[in-house]
Amino acid sequence: MADEPLVLGIETSCDETGVGIVRGHTLLADAVASSVDEHARFGGVVPEVASRAHLEAMVPTIQRALKEAGVAASDLDGIAVTAGPGLAGALLVGVSAAKAYAYALGKPLYGVNHLASHICVDQLEHGPLPEPTMALLVSGGHSSLLLAPDITSDVRPLGSTIDDAAGEAFDKIARVLHLGFPGGPVIDRIARDGDPDAIAFPRGLTGPRDAAYDFSFSGLKTAVARWIEAKRAAGEEVPVADVSASFQEAVADVLTRKAVRACKDEGVDHLMIGGGVAANSRLRALAERRCEDAGITLRVPRPKLCTDNGAMVAALGAEMVARGRSASAWDLSADSSLPVTDPHVPDPEAHTHSHAHSHTHDHDHVHELSRKNLYA
Amino acid sequence: MLLLALDTATPAVTVALHDGSEVLAESADIDARRHGELLLPAVHRTLRAAGTELAEVTDIVVGVGPGPYTGLRVGLVTAATFGAALGIPVHGLCTLDGIAYAAGRAGLTGPFVVATDARRKEVYWARYDDPLTRVTEPAVDHPADLTEAGPVAGLPAIGAGALLYPAAFAEVPSGMPEHQSAGALASLAAAKLARGEELLPPRPLYLRRPDAKVPANYKVVTPK
Ligand SMILES: [Zn+2]
Repeated sequence: MADEPLVLGIETSCDETGVGIVRGHTLLADAVASSVDEHARFGGVVPEVASRAHLEAMVPTIQRALKEAGVAASDLDGIAVTAGPGLAGALLVGVSAAKAYAYALGKPLYGVNHLASHICVDQLEHGPLPEPTMALLVSGGHSSLLLAPDITSDVRPLGSTIDDAAGEAFDKIARVLHLGFPGGPVIDRIARDGDPDAIAFPRGLTGPRDAAYDFSFSGLKTAVARWIEAKRAAGEEVPVADVSASFQEAVADVLTRKAVRACKDEGVDHLMIGGGVAANSRLRALAERRCEDAGITLRVPRPKLCTDNGAMVAALGAEMVARGRSASAWDLSADSSLPVTDPHVPDPEAHTHSHAHSHTHDHDHVHELSRKNLYA
Repeated sequence: MLLLALDTATPAVTVALHDGSEVLAESADIDARRHGELLLPAVHRTLRAAGTELAEVTDIVVGVGPGPYTGLRVGLVTAATFGAALGIPVHGLCTLDGIAYAAGRAGLTGPFVVATDARRKEVYWARYDDPLTRVTEPAVDHPADLTEAGPVAGLPAIGAGALLYPAAFAEVPSGMPEHQSAGALASLAAAKLARGEELLPPRPLYLRRPDAKVPANYKVVTPK
Protein backbone atom coordinates (compact mmCIF):
# COMPACT_ATOMS: atom_id res chain seq x y z
CA MET A 1 0.00 0.00 0.00
CA ALA A 2 1.34 3.40 -1.00
CA ASP A 3 0.16 5.08 2.20
CA GLU A 4 2.26 2.87 4.43
CA PRO A 5 5.20 4.74 5.93
CA LEU A 6 8.38 4.82 3.87
CA VAL A 7 11.28 4.79 6.32
CA LEU A 8 15.06 4.61 6.02
CA GLY A 9 16.88 2.94 8.91
CA ILE A 10 20.53 3.23 9.94
CA GLU A 11 22.30 0.65 12.08
CA THR A 12 25.88 1.04 13.38
CA SER A 13 25.82 -0.61 16.80
CA CYS A 14 28.66 -3.05 16.07
CA ASP A 15 30.72 -3.84 12.97
CA GLU A 16 28.06 -3.65 10.26
CA THR A 17 27.11 -0.35 8.64
CA GLY A 18 23.52 -1.11 7.70
CA VAL A 19 21.05 1.06 5.81
CA GLY A 20 17.63 -0.37 5.03
CA ILE A 21 14.50 1.04 3.49
CA VAL A 22 11.01 -0.34 4.11
CA ARG A 23 7.49 0.63 3.23
CA GLY A 24 5.37 -0.57 6.13
CA HIS A 25 6.04 -4.31 6.28
CA THR A 26 7.69 -4.47 2.87
CA LEU A 27 11.45 -4.63 2.51
CA LEU A 28 12.70 -2.37 -0.29
CA ALA A 29 16.45 -2.28 0.38
CA ASP A 30 18.96 -3.80 2.77
CA ALA A 31 22.45 -2.41 2.15
CA VAL A 32 25.20 -3.57 4.48
CA ALA A 33 28.92 -2.75 4.57
CA SER A 34 30.78 -4.96 7.00
CA SER A 35 34.17 -4.40 8.58
CA VAL A 36 34.31 -8.00 9.82
CA ASP A 37 37.42 -8.80 7.77
CA GLU A 38 39.31 -5.99 9.48
CA HIS A 39 38.50 -7.53 12.87
CA ALA A 40 39.26 -11.14 12.00
CA ARG A 41 42.97 -10.91 12.76
CA PHE A 42 42.12 -9.59 16.23
CA GLY A 43 39.72 -12.44 16.96
CA GLY A 44 36.94 -10.03 17.87
CA VAL A 45 35.41 -6.67 17.02
CA VAL A 46 37.76 -3.77 17.77
CA PRO A 47 35.55 -0.76 18.56
CA GLU A 48 37.80 1.93 17.07
CA VAL A 49 38.28 -0.06 13.86
CA ALA A 50 34.49 -0.44 13.61
CA SER A 51 33.87 3.27 14.19
CA ARG A 52 36.37 4.30 11.53
CA ALA A 53 34.78 1.92 9.06
CA HIS A 54 31.29 3.30 9.81
CA LEU A 55 32.43 6.82 8.95
CA GLU A 56 33.89 5.64 5.63
CA ALA A 57 30.88 3.55 4.70
CA MET A 58 28.00 5.74 5.88
CA VAL A 59 27.17 7.95 2.91
CA PRO A 60 27.93 5.30 0.24
CA THR A 61 25.70 2.80 2.06
CA ILE A 62 22.82 5.31 2.29
CA GLN A 63 23.14 5.98 -1.42
CA ARG A 64 23.29 2.30 -2.25
CA ALA A 65 20.11 1.65 -0.25
CA LEU A 66 18.22 4.47 -1.99
CA LYS A 67 19.28 3.16 -5.37
CA GLU A 68 18.35 -0.43 -4.46
CA ALA A 69 14.92 0.69 -3.23
CA GLY A 70 14.35 2.95 -6.24
CA VAL A 71 12.99 5.75 -4.07
CA ALA A 72 13.96 9.39 -3.71
CA ALA A 73 15.15 10.62 -0.33
CA SER A 74 12.51 13.34 -0.46
CA ASP A 75 9.77 10.67 -0.47
CA LEU A 76 10.80 9.25 2.90
CA ASP A 77 8.40 9.67 5.83
CA GLY A 78 11.08 9.36 8.47
CA ILE A 79 14.63 8.37 9.36
CA ALA A 80 15.18 5.72 12.03
CA VAL A 81 18.47 4.93 13.70
CA THR A 82 19.79 2.56 16.35
CA ALA A 83 20.18 4.77 19.43
CA GLY A 84 21.47 1.82 21.49
CA PRO A 85 22.47 -0.51 22.96
CA GLY A 86 25.83 -1.13 21.27
CA LEU A 87 29.38 0.18 21.02
CA ALA A 88 29.29 3.86 22.03
CA GLY A 89 31.63 5.22 19.36
CA ALA A 90 30.07 3.12 16.64
CA LEU A 91 26.51 4.12 17.57
CA LEU A 92 27.53 7.78 17.55
CA VAL A 93 28.46 7.68 13.86
CA GLY A 94 25.04 6.33 12.91
CA VAL A 95 23.11 8.63 15.23
CA SER A 96 24.99 11.70 13.94
CA ALA A 97 24.42 10.68 10.33
CA ALA A 98 20.72 10.00 10.91
CA LYS A 99 20.23 13.37 12.57
CA ALA A 100 21.99 15.19 9.74
CA TYR A 101 20.02 13.27 7.12
CA ALA A 102 16.66 13.81 8.80
CA TYR A 103 17.39 17.48 9.42
CA ALA A 104 18.58 18.12 5.88
CA LEU A 105 15.51 16.39 4.42
CA GLY A 106 13.08 17.94 6.89
CA LYS A 107 11.90 14.51 8.10
CA PRO A 108 11.21 13.22 11.62
CA LEU A 109 13.99 11.28 13.37
CA TYR A 110 13.30 8.09 15.34
CA GLY A 111 16.02 6.81 17.65
CA VAL A 112 15.10 3.18 18.25
CA ASN A 113 16.27 0.22 20.32
CA HIS A 114 18.52 -2.32 18.63
CA LEU A 115 16.91 -5.29 20.40
CA ALA A 116 13.35 -4.26 19.58
CA SER A 117 14.51 -3.81 15.97
CA HIS A 118 15.76 -7.42 15.91
CA ILE A 119 12.22 -8.49 16.80
CA CYS A 120 10.37 -6.08 14.52
CA VAL A 121 12.33 -7.13 11.44
CA ASP A 122 10.22 -10.27 11.27
CA GLN A 123 7.32 -8.13 10.05
CA LEU A 124 9.23 -7.85 6.77
CA GLU A 125 9.32 -11.65 6.51
CA HIS A 126 6.12 -12.94 8.09
CA GLY A 127 3.79 -9.94 8.29
CA PRO A 128 2.45 -8.18 11.39
CA LEU A 129 3.86 -9.39 14.70
CA PRO A 130 1.35 -11.21 16.85
CA GLU A 131 0.68 -9.33 20.07
CA PRO A 132 2.20 -10.39 22.29
CA THR A 133 5.27 -11.91 20.68
CA MET A 134 7.83 -13.96 22.58
CA ALA A 135 11.31 -13.30 21.23
CA LEU A 136 14.59 -15.12 21.71
CA LEU A 137 17.47 -12.90 20.61
CA VAL A 138 20.83 -14.57 20.28
CA SER A 139 23.98 -13.10 18.80
CA GLY A 140 27.58 -12.24 19.63
CA GLY A 141 26.32 -9.33 21.69
CA HIS A 142 23.08 -10.52 23.23
CA SER A 143 21.15 -13.51 24.54
CA SER A 144 17.73 -12.46 25.78
CA LEU A 145 14.20 -13.66 26.15
CA LEU A 146 11.78 -10.79 25.61
CA LEU A 147 8.02 -10.52 25.78
CA ALA A 148 6.68 -7.83 23.47
CA PRO A 149 2.99 -6.95 23.87
CA ASP A 150 3.61 -3.88 21.66
CA ILE A 151 6.94 -3.59 19.90
CA THR A 152 6.71 0.22 19.80
CA SER A 153 5.94 0.80 23.45
CA ASP A 154 6.05 -2.30 25.61
CA VAL A 155 8.95 -4.75 25.58
CA ARG A 156 9.62 -6.73 28.74
CA PRO A 157 12.82 -8.58 29.56
CA LEU A 158 12.13 -12.06 30.93
CA GLY A 159 15.72 -13.23 31.04
CA SER A 160 19.16 -12.74 29.60
CA THR A 161 22.66 -14.10 29.83
CA ILE A 162 24.39 -13.59 33.15
CA ASP A 163 27.83 -13.87 31.56
CA ASP A 164 28.74 -14.46 27.89
CA ALA A 165 26.41 -14.00 24.93
CA ALA A 166 25.73 -17.20 23.00
CA GLY A 167 27.55 -15.94 19.91
CA GLU A 168 30.54 -15.00 22.04
CA ALA A 169 30.75 -18.62 23.23
CA PHE A 170 30.80 -19.74 19.58
CA ASP A 171 33.64 -17.30 18.84
CA LYS A 172 35.65 -18.43 21.84
CA ILE A 173 35.27 -22.13 21.14
CA ALA A 174 36.17 -21.53 17.50
CA ARG A 175 39.32 -19.77 18.67
CA VAL A 176 40.23 -22.67 20.98
CA LEU A 177 39.75 -25.04 18.05
CA HIS A 178 41.76 -22.69 15.76
CA LEU A 179 38.80 -22.30 13.41
CA GLY A 180 38.94 -18.50 13.01
CA PHE A 181 36.49 -15.63 13.52
CA PRO A 182 33.52 -15.34 13.55
CA GLY A 183 32.96 -18.75 15.09
CA GLY A 184 29.25 -19.32 14.50
CA PRO A 185 29.17 -20.27 10.81
CA VAL A 186 32.30 -22.46 10.91
CA ILE A 187 31.19 -24.42 13.99
CA ASP A 188 27.77 -24.91 12.42
CA ARG A 189 29.41 -26.30 9.26
CA ILE A 190 31.87 -28.59 11.01
CA ALA A 191 29.25 -29.81 13.49
CA ARG A 192 27.31 -31.39 10.61
CA ASP A 193 29.93 -34.15 10.49
CA GLY A 194 29.94 -34.64 14.25
CA ASP A 195 27.88 -36.43 16.86
CA PRO A 196 25.90 -34.02 19.06
CA ASP A 197 25.71 -36.67 21.80
CA ALA A 198 29.41 -37.58 21.72
CA ILE A 199 30.32 -35.43 24.71
CA ALA A 200 27.89 -34.43 27.47
CA PHE A 201 28.76 -30.76 27.97
CA PRO A 202 26.97 -28.93 30.81
CA ARG A 203 23.66 -27.10 30.35
CA GLY A 204 24.06 -23.87 32.32
CA LEU A 205 21.31 -22.60 34.64
CA THR A 206 18.94 -25.50 34.01
CA GLY A 207 18.69 -26.75 37.58
CA PRO A 208 15.34 -26.64 39.41
CA ARG A 209 16.42 -23.65 41.51
CA ASP A 210 18.05 -21.69 38.68
CA ALA A 211 16.47 -18.60 37.11
CA ALA A 212 14.05 -20.07 34.58
CA TYR A 213 14.76 -17.64 31.75
CA ASP A 214 18.36 -16.56 32.34
CA PHE A 215 21.27 -18.03 30.42
CA SER A 216 24.89 -18.78 31.24
CA PHE A 217 27.43 -19.86 28.65
CA SER A 218 30.62 -19.19 30.57
CA GLY A 219 30.65 -22.55 32.35
CA LEU A 220 29.98 -24.36 29.08
CA LYS A 221 32.78 -22.47 27.38
CA THR A 222 35.23 -23.38 30.15
CA ALA A 223 34.11 -27.01 30.16
CA VAL A 224 34.64 -27.32 26.40
CA ALA A 225 38.04 -25.63 26.60
CA ARG A 226 39.12 -27.93 29.45
CA TRP A 227 37.97 -30.98 27.57
CA ILE A 228 40.00 -29.94 24.52
CA GLU A 229 43.06 -29.13 26.63
CA ALA A 230 42.90 -32.47 28.38
CA LYS A 231 42.88 -34.23 25.00
CA ARG A 232 45.82 -32.13 23.81
CA ALA A 233 47.72 -32.66 27.06
CA ALA A 234 47.25 -36.41 26.66
CA GLY A 235 48.68 -36.15 23.15
CA GLU A 236 45.40 -37.29 21.63
CA GLU A 237 43.77 -35.83 18.56
CA VAL A 238 40.86 -33.49 19.25
CA PRO A 239 37.69 -34.72 17.50
CA VAL A 240 36.82 -31.26 16.18
CA ALA A 241 33.51 -32.27 14.58
CA ASP A 242 32.23 -34.07 17.68
CA VAL A 243 33.32 -31.24 19.96
CA SER A 244 31.62 -28.69 17.69
CA ALA A 245 28.41 -30.72 17.43
CA SER A 246 28.23 -31.41 21.17
CA PHE A 247 28.98 -27.80 22.11
CA GLN A 248 26.42 -26.50 19.62
CA GLU A 249 23.88 -29.01 20.92
CA ALA A 250 24.34 -27.74 24.49
CA VAL A 251 23.75 -24.14 23.37
CA ALA A 252 20.73 -24.94 21.18
CA ASP A 253 19.23 -27.21 23.84
CA VAL A 254 19.30 -24.58 26.58
CA LEU A 255 18.11 -21.73 24.35
CA THR A 256 15.14 -23.57 22.89
CA ARG A 257 14.17 -25.29 26.13
CA LYS A 258 13.96 -21.97 27.97
CA ALA A 259 12.22 -20.14 25.12
CA VAL A 260 9.52 -22.79 24.80
CA ARG A 261 9.05 -22.83 28.55
CA ALA A 262 8.62 -19.03 28.56
CA CYS A 263 5.95 -19.31 25.85
CA LYS A 264 4.07 -21.94 27.84
CA ASP A 265 4.37 -20.03 31.13
CA GLU A 266 3.14 -16.78 29.57
CA GLY A 267 0.50 -18.40 27.39
CA VAL A 268 2.08 -17.07 24.21
CA ASP A 269 1.64 -19.16 21.06
CA HIS A 270 4.29 -17.47 18.88
CA LEU A 271 8.05 -17.59 19.25
CA MET A 272 10.30 -15.31 17.23
CA ILE A 273 14.05 -16.02 17.06
CA GLY A 274 16.42 -13.30 15.92
CA GLY A 275 20.06 -12.24 16.10
CA GLY A 276 23.06 -13.68 14.30
CA VAL A 277 22.94 -17.05 16.10
CA ALA A 278 19.40 -17.58 14.73
CA ALA A 279 21.19 -18.52 11.51
CA ASN A 280 22.56 -21.62 13.28
CA SER A 281 21.06 -24.67 11.61
CA ARG A 282 20.88 -26.80 14.75
CA LEU A 283 19.17 -24.04 16.74
CA ARG A 284 16.61 -23.66 13.97
CA ALA A 285 15.96 -27.40 13.69
CA LEU A 286 15.62 -27.93 17.43
CA ALA A 287 13.39 -24.86 17.81
CA GLU A 288 11.17 -26.11 14.99
CA ARG A 289 10.76 -29.52 16.62
CA ARG A 290 10.14 -28.24 20.11
CA CYS A 291 7.74 -25.51 18.99
CA GLU A 292 5.79 -28.00 16.92
CA ASP A 293 5.55 -30.36 19.90
CA ALA A 294 4.29 -27.50 22.07
CA GLY A 295 1.84 -26.10 19.52
CA ILE A 296 3.82 -22.88 19.15
CA THR A 297 4.23 -21.08 15.82
CA LEU A 298 7.89 -20.40 15.16
CA ARG A 299 8.96 -17.29 13.25
CA VAL A 300 12.57 -16.97 12.18
CA PRO A 301 13.54 -14.39 9.55
CA ARG A 302 15.99 -15.29 6.79
CA PRO A 303 19.62 -15.20 8.01
CA LYS A 304 20.44 -11.85 6.40
CA LEU A 305 17.65 -10.22 8.41
CA CYS A 306 18.76 -11.97 11.62
CA THR A 307 22.24 -10.47 11.65
CA ASP A 308 22.57 -6.74 12.28
CA ASN A 309 21.16 -4.71 9.40
CA GLY A 310 19.48 -1.40 8.62
CA ALA A 311 16.20 -2.93 7.46
CA MET A 312 15.34 -4.00 11.00
CA VAL A 313 15.80 -0.43 12.19
CA ALA A 314 13.67 0.84 9.33
CA ALA A 315 11.01 -1.79 10.17
CA LEU A 316 10.72 -0.55 13.74
CA GLY A 317 10.84 3.08 12.57
CA ALA A 318 7.97 2.40 10.17
CA GLU A 319 5.97 0.89 13.01
CA MET A 320 6.67 4.00 15.12
CA VAL A 321 5.34 6.19 12.30
CA ALA A 322 2.33 3.94 11.72
CA ARG A 323 1.39 4.07 15.42
CA GLY A 324 1.97 7.80 15.74
CA ARG A 325 4.80 7.53 18.26
CA SER A 326 6.69 10.72 19.08
CA ALA A 327 9.83 11.49 17.09
CA SER A 328 13.20 11.98 18.77
CA ALA A 329 14.81 15.33 19.53
CA TRP A 330 17.81 16.77 17.67
CA ASP A 331 19.95 16.27 20.76
CA LEU A 332 19.29 12.50 20.75
CA SER A 333 22.19 10.65 22.39
CA ALA A 334 23.84 7.44 21.36
CA ASP A 335 23.20 5.33 24.48
CA SER A 336 25.47 2.29 24.66
CA SER A 337 23.33 0.79 27.44
CA LEU A 338 19.84 1.82 26.29
CA PRO A 339 17.47 -0.40 28.30
CA VAL A 340 15.47 -2.95 26.34
CA THR A 341 12.36 -1.52 27.95
CA ASP A 342 12.79 1.64 25.84
CA PRO A 343 11.79 0.60 22.29
CA HIS A 344 12.49 4.14 21.17
CA VAL A 345 13.77 7.44 22.53
CA PRO A 346 11.01 10.03 22.11
CA ASP A 347 11.64 13.75 22.49
CA PRO A 348 11.17 14.34 26.23
CA GLU A 349 9.55 17.70 25.44
CA ALA A 350 6.95 16.11 23.21
CA HIS A 351 5.14 14.43 26.11
CA THR A 352 4.82 17.48 28.30
CA HIS A 353 4.13 20.16 25.71
CA SER A 354 2.02 18.61 22.99
CA HIS A 355 -1.09 17.41 24.75
CA ALA A 356 -3.26 18.29 21.81
CA HIS A 357 -1.18 15.97 19.68
CA SER A 358 -1.19 13.05 22.09
CA HIS A 359 -4.98 12.95 22.20
CA THR A 360 -4.96 11.36 18.81
CA HIS A 361 -3.33 8.29 20.39
CA ASP A 362 -5.85 7.74 23.15
CA HIS A 363 -7.02 4.61 21.47
CA ASP A 364 -3.54 3.12 21.63
CA HIS A 365 -3.16 3.92 25.28
CA VAL A 366 -6.40 2.21 26.23
CA HIS A 367 -5.24 -0.77 24.26
CA GLU A 368 -1.92 -0.89 26.07
CA LEU A 369 -3.52 -0.73 29.47
CA SER A 370 -5.78 -3.65 28.80
CA ARG A 371 -2.85 -5.64 27.50
CA LYS A 372 -0.79 -4.79 30.55
CA ASN A 373 -3.53 -6.21 32.72
CA LEU A 374 -3.28 -9.48 30.89
CA TYR A 375 0.32 -9.93 31.93
CA ALA A 376 0.39 -8.18 35.28
CA MET B 1 27.72 31.67 -1.57
CA LEU B 2 26.39 30.49 1.78
CA LEU B 3 28.93 28.45 3.66
CA LEU B 4 28.14 26.30 6.69
CA ALA B 5 31.26 25.52 8.72
CA LEU B 6 31.49 23.06 11.59
CA ASP B 7 34.27 21.59 13.68
CA THR B 8 34.17 18.94 16.42
CA ALA B 9 37.87 18.04 16.54
CA THR B 10 38.48 19.79 19.86
CA PRO B 11 36.32 20.24 22.99
CA ALA B 12 34.57 23.03 21.06
CA VAL B 13 31.42 22.10 19.17
CA THR B 14 31.37 25.06 16.84
CA VAL B 15 29.18 26.06 13.88
CA ALA B 16 29.18 29.16 11.70
CA LEU B 17 27.47 30.52 8.64
CA HIS B 18 29.43 32.68 6.18
CA ASP B 19 28.14 34.45 3.07
CA GLY B 20 31.48 34.80 1.29
CA SER B 21 32.30 38.16 2.81
CA GLU B 22 31.49 37.83 6.49
CA VAL B 23 30.33 35.55 9.28
CA LEU B 24 26.54 35.80 9.60
CA ALA B 25 26.12 33.75 12.77
CA GLU B 26 28.23 31.54 14.97
CA SER B 27 27.65 29.14 17.82
CA ALA B 28 30.09 27.42 20.16
CA ASP B 29 29.67 25.02 23.06
CA ILE B 30 32.70 23.77 24.96
CA ASP B 31 32.05 20.22 26.13
CA ALA B 32 34.49 17.48 25.24
CA ARG B 33 32.03 14.68 25.92
CA ARG B 34 28.79 15.75 24.25
CA HIS B 35 29.67 16.49 20.63
CA GLY B 36 26.96 14.15 19.42
CA GLU B 37 24.19 15.82 21.42
CA LEU B 38 25.30 19.40 20.84
CA LEU B 39 26.11 19.62 17.13
CA LEU B 40 22.70 19.41 15.44
CA PRO B 41 21.01 21.86 17.85
CA ALA B 42 23.95 24.22 17.25
CA VAL B 43 23.47 23.98 13.48
CA HIS B 44 19.77 24.70 13.93
CA ARG B 45 20.48 27.65 16.22
CA THR B 46 23.04 29.14 13.85
CA LEU B 47 20.75 28.89 10.83
CA ARG B 48 17.93 30.46 12.83
CA ALA B 49 20.13 33.31 14.04
CA ALA B 50 21.02 34.10 10.43
CA GLY B 51 17.37 33.86 9.43
CA THR B 52 17.99 31.14 6.89
CA GLU B 53 17.69 27.39 6.49
CA LEU B 54 19.93 24.50 5.55
CA ALA B 55 18.49 24.22 2.03
CA GLU B 56 19.99 27.64 1.22
CA VAL B 57 23.54 26.53 2.07
CA THR B 58 25.83 26.12 -0.96
CA ASP B 59 28.98 24.66 0.61
CA ILE B 60 29.90 22.74 3.76
CA VAL B 61 33.27 23.22 5.43
CA VAL B 62 34.41 20.84 8.13
CA GLY B 63 37.46 20.71 10.38
CA VAL B 64 39.16 17.38 9.66
CA GLY B 65 41.25 17.40 12.83
CA PRO B 66 43.59 16.20 14.06
CA GLY B 67 41.45 15.47 17.09
CA PRO B 68 40.27 12.75 19.46
CA TYR B 69 38.45 10.31 17.21
CA THR B 70 35.00 9.97 18.70
CA GLY B 71 34.20 13.67 18.66
CA LEU B 72 36.00 14.29 15.39
CA ARG B 73 33.77 11.78 13.60
CA VAL B 74 30.59 13.56 14.69
CA GLY B 75 31.49 16.63 12.64
CA LEU B 76 32.79 14.66 9.67
CA VAL B 77 29.81 12.33 9.34
CA THR B 78 27.40 15.24 9.83
CA ALA B 79 29.14 17.26 7.12
CA ALA B 80 29.27 14.32 4.73
CA THR B 81 25.60 13.50 5.27
CA PHE B 82 24.50 17.11 4.82
CA GLY B 83 26.49 17.19 1.60
CA ALA B 84 24.89 14.01 0.34
CA ALA B 85 21.35 15.03 1.29
CA LEU B 86 21.64 18.49 -0.23
CA GLY B 87 23.86 17.59 -3.16
CA ILE B 88 26.43 20.26 -2.29
CA PRO B 89 30.24 20.10 -1.95
CA VAL B 90 31.90 19.29 1.38
CA HIS B 91 35.35 20.81 1.94
CA GLY B 92 37.85 19.85 4.61
CA LEU B 93 40.28 22.14 6.43
CA CYS B 94 42.89 21.27 9.01
CA THR B 95 41.50 22.23 12.42
CA LEU B 96 44.86 23.69 13.46
CA ASP B 97 44.75 26.03 10.42
CA GLY B 98 41.51 27.53 11.72
CA ILE B 99 43.09 28.26 15.09
CA ALA B 100 46.18 29.76 13.41
CA TYR B 101 43.96 31.98 11.28
CA ALA B 102 42.08 33.16 14.38
CA ALA B 103 45.42 33.85 16.09
CA GLY B 104 46.39 36.04 13.15
CA ARG B 105 43.20 38.01 13.54
CA ALA B 106 44.03 38.41 17.23
CA GLY B 107 47.34 40.01 16.25
CA LEU B 108 49.87 37.20 16.17
CA THR B 109 52.22 37.32 13.18
CA GLY B 110 54.59 34.39 13.48
CA PRO B 111 56.34 32.13 13.44
CA PHE B 112 54.39 30.20 16.06
CA VAL B 113 53.04 26.76 16.90
CA VAL B 114 49.42 25.69 17.35
CA ALA B 115 48.84 22.89 19.85
CA THR B 116 45.58 21.21 20.83
CA ASP B 117 44.93 18.57 23.48
CA ALA B 118 45.50 15.07 22.13
CA ARG B 119 44.93 13.50 25.57
CA ARG B 120 47.33 10.81 26.87
CA LYS B 121 49.74 13.66 27.78
CA GLU B 122 50.25 14.49 24.12
CA VAL B 123 49.38 17.40 21.83
CA TYR B 124 48.36 17.64 18.21
CA TRP B 125 50.50 20.39 16.73
CA ALA B 126 51.80 22.15 13.65
CA ARG B 127 54.26 24.96 13.03
CA TYR B 128 53.29 28.15 11.18
CA ASP B 129 55.52 30.80 9.60
CA ASP B 130 52.53 33.13 9.65
CA PRO B 131 48.81 32.67 10.32
CA LEU B 132 48.17 31.51 6.76
CA THR B 133 51.26 29.42 6.23
CA ARG B 134 51.62 26.05 7.90
CA VAL B 135 55.10 24.64 7.40
CA THR B 136 54.79 21.17 8.98
CA GLU B 137 52.29 18.38 8.62
CA PRO B 138 50.02 18.07 11.67
CA ALA B 139 51.54 15.64 14.17
CA VAL B 140 50.99 14.18 17.63
CA ASP B 141 53.76 14.21 20.25
CA HIS B 142 54.65 14.73 23.89
CA PRO B 143 55.08 18.50 24.41
CA ALA B 144 58.53 18.07 25.95
CA ASP B 145 59.77 16.23 22.86
CA LEU B 146 58.82 19.24 20.71
CA THR B 147 60.27 22.02 22.75
CA GLU B 148 63.49 20.77 24.30
CA ALA B 149 65.74 21.46 21.32
CA GLY B 150 62.88 20.08 19.24
CA PRO B 151 61.14 21.44 16.12
CA VAL B 152 59.32 24.29 17.89
CA ALA B 153 61.87 25.25 20.56
CA GLY B 154 61.57 28.90 21.51
CA LEU B 155 58.43 29.58 19.51
CA PRO B 156 55.27 31.13 20.93
CA ALA B 157 52.54 28.49 21.26
CA ILE B 158 48.78 28.92 21.15
CA GLY B 159 45.74 26.71 21.65
CA ALA B 160 44.42 24.55 24.46
CA GLY B 161 47.41 22.20 24.13
CA ALA B 162 49.80 25.06 24.86
CA LEU B 163 47.68 26.25 27.78
CA LEU B 164 47.59 22.73 29.18
CA TYR B 165 51.40 22.35 29.16
CA PRO B 166 52.69 25.91 29.69
CA ALA B 167 55.91 24.63 31.23
CA ALA B 168 56.79 22.80 28.04
CA PHE B 169 56.42 25.80 25.72
CA ALA B 170 58.69 28.85 25.68
CA GLU B 171 55.92 31.41 25.48
CA VAL B 172 52.13 31.18 25.58
CA PRO B 173 50.91 34.64 24.56
CA SER B 174 47.73 35.89 26.18
CA GLY B 175 44.66 37.07 24.29
CA MET B 176 45.00 34.26 21.77
CA PRO B 177 42.26 31.76 20.88
CA GLU B 178 42.14 28.68 23.07
CA HIS B 179 39.54 26.78 21.08
CA GLN B 180 38.55 26.35 17.48
CA SER B 181 36.04 28.83 16.08
CA ALA B 182 33.93 27.78 13.12
CA GLY B 183 33.72 31.48 12.22
CA ALA B 184 37.50 31.57 11.71
CA LEU B 185 37.38 28.26 9.85
CA ALA B 186 34.62 29.60 7.59
CA SER B 187 36.47 32.85 6.90
CA LEU B 188 39.63 30.95 6.03
CA ALA B 189 37.68 28.61 3.75
CA ALA B 190 35.88 31.49 2.05
CA ALA B 191 39.19 33.23 1.38
CA LYS B 192 40.76 30.07 -0.01
CA LEU B 193 37.75 29.24 -2.17
CA ALA B 194 37.69 32.82 -3.50
CA ARG B 195 41.31 32.36 -4.57
CA GLY B 196 40.35 29.15 -6.30
CA GLU B 197 42.36 27.03 -3.89
CA GLU B 198 41.58 23.38 -3.50
CA LEU B 199 40.65 22.45 0.08
CA LEU B 200 41.17 19.05 1.70
CA PRO B 201 38.88 16.08 1.19
CA PRO B 202 36.58 15.73 4.23
CA ARG B 203 38.49 12.80 5.71
CA PRO B 204 39.67 12.48 9.31
CA LEU B 205 43.25 13.20 10.40
CA TYR B 206 43.49 10.60 13.15
CA LEU B 207 47.32 10.57 13.29
CA ARG B 208 47.18 7.52 15.53
CA ARG B 209 46.50 3.93 14.71
CA PRO B 210 43.44 2.47 16.41
CA ASP B 211 44.05 0.86 19.78
CA ALA B 212 43.60 -2.67 18.65
CA LYS B 213 45.13 -5.14 20.99
CA VAL B 214 45.11 -8.68 19.74
CA PRO B 215 43.50 -10.71 22.51
CA ALA B 216 46.05 -12.77 24.42
CA ASN B 217 46.59 -16.22 22.97
CA TYR B 218 44.32 -18.97 24.11
CA LYS B 219 45.08 -19.63 27.73
CA VAL B 220 45.41 -23.21 28.91
CA VAL B 221 42.73 -23.69 31.54
CA THR B 222 43.48 -27.27 32.50
CA PRO B 223 45.14 -27.38 35.92
CA LYS B 224 48.62 -28.84 35.53
ZN1 LIG C 1 22.24 -7.25 17.12
